[in-house]
Amino acid sequence: MTTGVETPLEVAALDTAGTRHLVDLVFRIREFGIVAALALLVLVTASIQSRFLTQTELKFILQDTAIFALLALGETMVVVSRNVDLSIGSVVGLSAFVSANVFGQVPGVPIPVVFLVGLGIGLVCGAVNGLISAVGRVPSLVVTLATLYIIRGIDILVVGGGQVVASSLPNSFVLIPNESIGGVPYLAIVIAAVVVAGAYYLRSYRSGRELYAIGSNPDAARLGGIPIAKRVFTAFAVSGAIAGVAGVLYASRYGTIDSTAGTGYELQVIAAVVVGGVAIFGGSGTAIGAALGALLLNTIISALYVLGVSPFWDQAISGLLLITAIALDRGISVRLTAALRKRRSRLGA
Amino acid sequence: MGDNDVGEQTALLSLQHASKAFGAVQALEDVSLDLYPGEVHGLVGENGAGKSTLVKILAGVHSPEAGRLLVGGRDTVLSGPAAARDAGVAIIYQEPTLFPDLTVAENIFIGRQPLTTGRRIDGREMHRQVSAIFERLGVRLDPGRIARGLSIAEQQIVEIGKALSLDAKVIVMDEPTAALSAVEVARLFRVVETLREHGAAVLFISHRLGEVPQLCQRVTVLRDGKLVLTRPLAGLTTDDLVRAMVGREIQERAAGGRSTGEIVLQVERLTREGVFVDVSFDVRAGEIVALAGLVGAGRSEVATAIFGIDRYDAGSVKLGGRKLRRGSPTAAMAAGIGFVPEDRRQQGLVMEMSIAQNVALASLGRLGRIGFIRGAAEQRFAADWAVRLGLRYGRLTNPASSLSGGNQQKVVLAKWLGRNPALLIVDEPTRGIDVATKVEVHRLLTELAAEGVAVLMISSELPEVLLLADRILVMREGRLVTELAHTEATEERIVAAAAGGVSEEAA
Amino acid sequence: MAPDPNSTPAESASATAENQPPRVGPRRMQALLRWESGLALAAVFVVLFGSTSSSQFLTQHNFFYLCLNVGEVALMALPMTLIVITGEIDLSVASTLGMSSALLGDLWTHGWPMPLIIVTVLATGAVAGAFNGLLVTRFGLPSLAVTIGTLTLYRGIAVIVLGPSTISNFPGRYTDIGINPIPHTGFVSYSVGFFAVLAVLFGLALHVTPFGRTLYAMGLNKDAALYAGIRVKRTKTLLFIISGVVCSLAGILWTFRLATAVQDNGLGLELNVVAVVLLGGVSIFGGKGSIVGVVLALFVFAALQNALFLTNFDQRALGIVTGALLLVSVLLPSAGSFARRGRELLRQRSRRSRALAEAVRP
Repeated sequence: MTTGVETPLEVAALDTAGTRHLVDLVFRIREFGIVAALALLVLVTASIQSRFLTQTELKFILQDTAIFALLALGETMVVVSRNVDLSIGSVVGLSAFVSANVFGQVPGVPIPVVFLVGLGIGLVCGAVNGLISAVGRVPSLVVTLATLYIIRGIDILVVGGGQVVASSLPNSFVLIPNESIGGVPYLAIVIAAVVVAGAYYLRSYRSGRELYAIGSNPDAARLGGIPIAKRVFTAFAVSGAIAGVAGVLYASRYGTIDSTAGTGYELQVIAAVVVGGVAIFGGSGTAIGAALGALLLNTIISALYVLGVSPFWDQAISGLLLITAIALDRGISVRLTAALRKRRSRLGA
Repeated sequence: MGDNDVGEQTALLSLQHASKAFGAVQALEDVSLDLYPGEVHGLVGENGAGKSTLVKILAGVHSPEAGRLLVGGRDTVLSGPAAARDAGVAIIYQEPTLFPDLTVAENIFIGRQPLTTGRRIDGREMHRQVSAIFERLGVRLDPGRIARGLSIAEQQIVEIGKALSLDAKVIVMDEPTAALSAVEVARLFRVVETLREHGAAVLFISHRLGEVPQLCQRVTVLRDGKLVLTRPLAGLTTDDLVRAMVGREIQERAAGGRSTGEIVLQVERLTREGVFVDVSFDVRAGEIVALAGLVGAGRSEVATAIFGIDRYDAGSVKLGGRKLRRGSPTAAMAAGIGFVPEDRRQQGLVMEMSIAQNVALASLGRLGRIGFIRGAAEQRFAADWAVRLGLRYGRLTNPASSLSGGNQQKVVLAKWLGRNPALLIVDEPTRGIDVATKVEVHRLLTELAAEGVAVLMISSELPEVLLLADRILVMREGRLVTELAHTEATEERIVAAAAGGVSEEAA
Repeated sequence: MAPDPNSTPAESASATAENQPPRVGPRRMQALLRWESGLALAAVFVVLFGSTSSSQFLTQHNFFYLCLNVGEVALMALPMTLIVITGEIDLSVASTLGMSSALLGDLWTHGWPMPLIIVTVLATGAVAGAFNGLLVTRFGLPSLAVTIGTLTLYRGIAVIVLGPSTISNFPGRYTDIGINPIPHTGFVSYSVGFFAVLAVLFGLALHVTPFGRTLYAMGLNKDAALYAGIRVKRTKTLLFIISGVVCSLAGILWTFRLATAVQDNGLGLELNVVAVVLLGGVSIFGGKGSIVGVVLALFVFAALQNALFLTNFDQRALGIVTGALLLVSVLLPSAGSFARRGRELLRQRSRRSRALAEAVRP
């Protein structure tokens, strides 16, 4: 992740219009930086261990990332509005089990219907989160912490002592993650398209921009007449729905599902989102960045594996990466604010 | 209603016989106000006079219990801020609330961005419209830059731009100049003139009475919720205004004639990269030294560096001859420095804590035994200071947020005076405070100096500086450029030193 | 509402009511007492529920079991309370517990003497806390994000240290704490014993000392605290260090209680700790809360869990109960203000229609 912030001297040389240039550059730099880091990582790893650059390896990474990238889109929508959704892991688990179970309960059920079931479950969960957060004016950290518990508990009760086994699922379903076009998993392409669409929505549509506004300054949003409750509710509902769909994808990927499915996913997704440049307090960041963050984190894990680093180190390294990303983020924004302030005072405003 | 010299026009906005009470307090009683197109109308009054209630009624936040509001000649009921906006009324608050992460253009158009095919936001059109607005206002501001880092003056310009984009015909400015430097005030006045030329009505509220005749054609004075007068400014002096506001004469005694003692504060070649350079000065016991200059000249930063909130890169600070450790407010306090910060709501007080708790906040260790706080001791401490400073409050256990601005400032002062400081640094002592309390604070500072306290005062209000200071230090762009003794100081000389040779149009 | 330095006292008072539930001055005391009374009431109900649904509930043996189950969470909840009051959060608590447990097991297999191990583990906890503190204060990073990072990091270290191994050959006199209560107390486990002592200390520190007052100030307004000469950075770092040490202690107790050191000890426990603290009336925004509330909440939580266990409720689904309790604890105060807002809205609307009717009257 590059920094690329100009020194105060260079900043002073820019005129007013140049400020936008500077800001734009740093804005872009996050996505830029991740792509650059990715490229660097892949090249370095491949030079040490050439089998990293094989089609199967890359396909593996994309498969692993797919679900997280999708979840990152939903989480981004919530986080930019200065909220957080901690319940997505539990939603994934519940949706995975229930939707996969449908195959057993309703033989010959068409796969799209199963997806709809998952989506429906997620939507309901998200709507509950949204209702309590937005209408009840309760901090979302607390609400989604509670629903994390409750939904997981429901999942445990529903699963009972059993589990869904891969062999009980139709082939066409289980093979979804594997289908690829030219070596690139079909699923990755679809999800990438969805993420891009989501990011575009957040950037180019009024309601999307209002989510950023709400996160940037909630008081101003209220004063400005932005329908905060409606927007936040929608963000949670969408996040839930996405988690529901992700649950179905989980089922198709792993086949065997018990009551621990999806545990801890919310923290991994938040890590991806933060690494991807979304400010934890809202107002800035893109879904594309978040998805790239997920990709980067997954690639690092895979690279470590290929390089022979014991998988026992994965978690610790993920933790360090997250901390580094946050620290860098903060470093950049501090320099930027200071540079902007110095520039202004120098011009004698 | 007062007579007007704006001809037989229909008032853009007409508030007629409005009354509003909050519980037992009658905030407004039978107040009428007419705003005509092309006029700047001043609104003055002491704290508690009802100005803010009036503004809130116009903003749609409150609704009057009696009376009616006519906008464009038609009876209107404002059910909320959105309704006020729709009616063409825009309020520019003292501290604008923008979205720091969005661009200037987005800030102006949030929720109403121009659309293109498929209901997508048309960024280019938005940019074009905003540029046009800024051109109309005569300011240079890049619509594409994010709002973070904009000065308060620039933020106000954005808010005004927003008002224009909403086709606001009535623009209410609530104390807009409180946090602005002289150059920025001049620019704001030019913008207001432009608004006037375009036929808008501007309601201008300010405690800086000197500004009102400069900008306004007519003025309304409120006192205790009632209308005192509404008339053209021609022929009115500032004293007349004050008398109308307060109902009595206010005497201010000039500074000077104080004996000064030992050097208390010695600042030598203080430097902080990019903020201030090579600042050296002394303050003696019994002296009031003022730091004047434009906003952004680095005055507050020097003060926070002396007090230890911020660090500095070179130079030294000595108190009573002993070197003061940098970057440690604890050391500064132990050495006997008190610091009344610029932003009393954000930095001076913990609004949700009680008055007593706030007064005690800097003296916690001294109010109990063996590490325990004694509630009774705390109350007594606060009560003592409340009396001494003439604090007006309900109960000492009420939250600090229940006080008016002037009384809040007294609490902050009490907090520091309770420590018997050798040096008191005050940053903008009377910003946003009503006239009567302002006089009290001035008197207090003078008395402190007479008792031998060294006072370092930062102020953007030149009349205040000229009134109180024994010596005036002017900073410009981080450097100390001039020192003026009380006898030789004039507003012109200070402004000249502060603005120096920098061109005015620095958008 | 935009900052209004000139608002009259009456306006300010009504403005406060419009926006948030009051938590200031005498009203704050009342609100707090109401919360704790509510918790006390809940505690009574839970005890009633437990004793009526199972004959074993009110036995010494059962209470001992209850203590064993909640002891570590209770310990971790104490520093967490202080941290949340200052406006921060520490999600790495359970991972510090796990890391300590792993370290304990690993050093034991390397033949270190137990007293030395305990000291080393506690020291490691302090370092872990100091790292958190450094990131939050020196680097100015948001504690929510940072401790998600250290949560992962410390758990990761536990995994590295212990791998897949399970250490369970600890000497009997240590693992005894999982079998026997403190002598002469009948049912108090060692973990709850530690908790009781620390609860008194923390309670005094928070409610009676100047230090405690500074915590509330920091949580309510960090800037004002700084400008009043309060050492915000130092205090927060200290709190994180204390949290680290207490969590290591919890890790040691956990390991001995279960007589096992394994890398996923305490996995996910941080959410329980946060839930209990919030249930205890501590505001997630900082500046409000009390130790008494947290102690009551711990009891309600533990007793409820225990009672449900005795009724053969699926233990793993107990999360539903925790989650529901959490929701109730945050919805209740909002329900009050919600009702108030609704009433105000109706009042406003009727006033407006009246005003409108007046206005259009010829």
